[in-house]
Amino acid sequence: MKVSVKKSRKNLKSQLAQFTGFLFLRLAVYSVLFILLYFFYDIGHQGYRAISWEFISQVPKRGMTEGGILPAIVGTFLVTLITALFAVPLGMAAAIYLNEYARAGRLTRLIRLSIRNLAGVPSIVYGLFGVILFVNLLKFGTSVLSAGLTLGLLTLPWTITASEEALKSVPDSYREGALALGATRWQMIRTNVLPYSIPGMLTGAVLGLARAAGETAPIMFTGAAFYLPFLPRSLKDQFMALPYHLYIMATQHHAIDKARPLAYGTALVLIVFVVLFNLGAILLRARLRKRWRH
Amino acid sequence: MISVKKKGVLGDLKESLIQKIFQTSGLLAIIVLLGIFALLFYTAIPAFREVSLKEFLTSTRWDPTSPERPEYGLLSMLASTVMVTIGALLIAFPVGVAVAAYLSDVASPRVREIVKPVVELLAAIPSVVVGFIGITLVGPMIAKIFNLSHGLTALNGSLLLAIMALPTIISISEDSLNAVPISFVEASLALGANRWQTLVRVKIPAALSGIIASLMLGMGRAIGETMTVLMATGNARAFPQGFLQSVRTLTANIAIELGEVPYYTTHYYALFAIGLVLFIMTFFVNLTADVILEKQKRKLQ
Repeated sequence: MKVSVKKSRKNLKSQLAQFTGFLFLRLAVYSVLFILLYFFYDIGHQGYRAISWEFISQVPKRGMTEGGILPAIVGTFLVTLITALFAVPLGMAAAIYLNEYARAGRLTRLIRLSIRNLAGVPSIVYGLFGVILFVNLLKFGTSVLSAGLTLGLLTLPWTITASEEALKSVPDSYREGALALGATRWQMIRTNVLPYSIPGMLTGAVLGLARAAGETAPIMFTGAAFYLPFLPRSLKDQFMALPYHLYIMATQHHAIDKARPLAYGTALVLIVFVVLFNLGAILLRARLRKRWRH
Repeated sequence: MISVKKKGVLGDLKESLIQKIFQTSGLLAIIVLLGIFALLFYTAIPAFREVSLKEFLTSTRWDPTSPERPEYGLLSMLASTVMVTIGALLIAFPVGVAVAAYLSDVASPRVREIVKPVVELLAAIPSVVVGFIGITLVGPMIAKIFNLSHGLTALNGSLLLAIMALPTIISISEDSLNAVPISFVEASLALGANRWQTLVRVKIPAALSGIIASLMLGMGRAIGETMTVLMATGNARAFPQGFLQSVRTLTANIAIELGEVPYYTTHYYALFAIGLVLFIMTFFVNLTADVILEKQKRKLQ
């Protein structure tokens, strides 16, 4: 009898521990969800009031206390385009090498190690590198081109990793089938690997580009401008960008109170872009998957 | 083989050319990493013609624009970076591991389907937006609670960096918890342990190296983060005295001064020397995480 009482008390204790333990885990999850929702609510709620057709279609006016953010929107699009043209093909090519050509060995290990380390290099260090290489050595100056290439280098490890994931998801039997019919390695890749991995590759690329578009530190000194009331005309021009514009409006403006509503508006536009990019990536994957299946 | 014979030498040439193109792209990762180090190093070196390495690493005074005697000591900024990072990890590590444990051991598949994308969305918020939230929302809250004139303090930076480090800590920790063999869990449950005991005494110890790697990767993110601390911590130059004071981190200092400094001066080179220090710090933090994760992968295979 005694033993069973003891046992059930011990049982009760461990059940209580489980209850409080799981409660703690739940609380952690709820607080993270709450913080995120509150952030979105605050920016959505305050930013909504600043947003109008004028806000997204006009240039800034009266020392950036009125008017819109069109140059910043266009600038961010342009610079992201350069980033995409640089990082997406290179990322895909590097992933194809790693997954389809490279044999396990020291060189391959070194390449993978470099990729993982590049992903951890601070964004401001990419900015410094961009200043030395693109702005000074290659003489691109502070421009859309310099900033786009700097962001391209920053994005490269993400696009390589995402592309490799997509290549890995293609079953080996597809490759063996092509090789057994006498295809060369490139024919095999072109006909039996790429068609099935392109959706995943593009999804990863779009997600990486969304992150690049929101970066500020790498473009601050490689081409983003404080205030330009016109749109860039060539790749050698400076440009306004949404994240840098938000930084300026939030901290560097002479009339912070007047600039605050516009800063909220800019933050909302930036977040909407990022979320749209993410949704776009998911939809793209769904559509391309359907198409490639036939 | 047949098609190679048909195409002959030209086909062979094309094949090897294509392979070379892909290989070069792969090698680019090594070239870029080495290139970043080499160019930073090369640009940082001229600073030490006028500044001694000892002053740079051990002096707490950074005042490059002083007309009498410019000073180039990074210790105050290094201490600020370390302080803000430790503060962030003290918050993010327990919460992150808890969320990871919840996702791997408690949540139903449906809840997981909702929580995981939300965590990914957290990682997608641009750092400049997080900094903006620090100015408009978190900072004023801190000022109110502690009765300060403004909330742009090290604490503000730590709270925001904690939020930014969370997605990394959660996803790597969850991966390593999921990698614990099911047989471990079954053995523990069969011995009469409940799910909580199994989690705390079996799964977490088994996944510990991965969880520590997630801490290291979160640390790397916090050390290198620029815009958030630049906007949210007040940027005072003094040696940090406490979490309720303004601080200026290594990253913030580069962002503040690089825009104003004339090219090719000692001050300019010294900023690249700070960049080099950042690169080396994050390199070793990430490398350590990498080694831990590789070891764990091999052990579980």
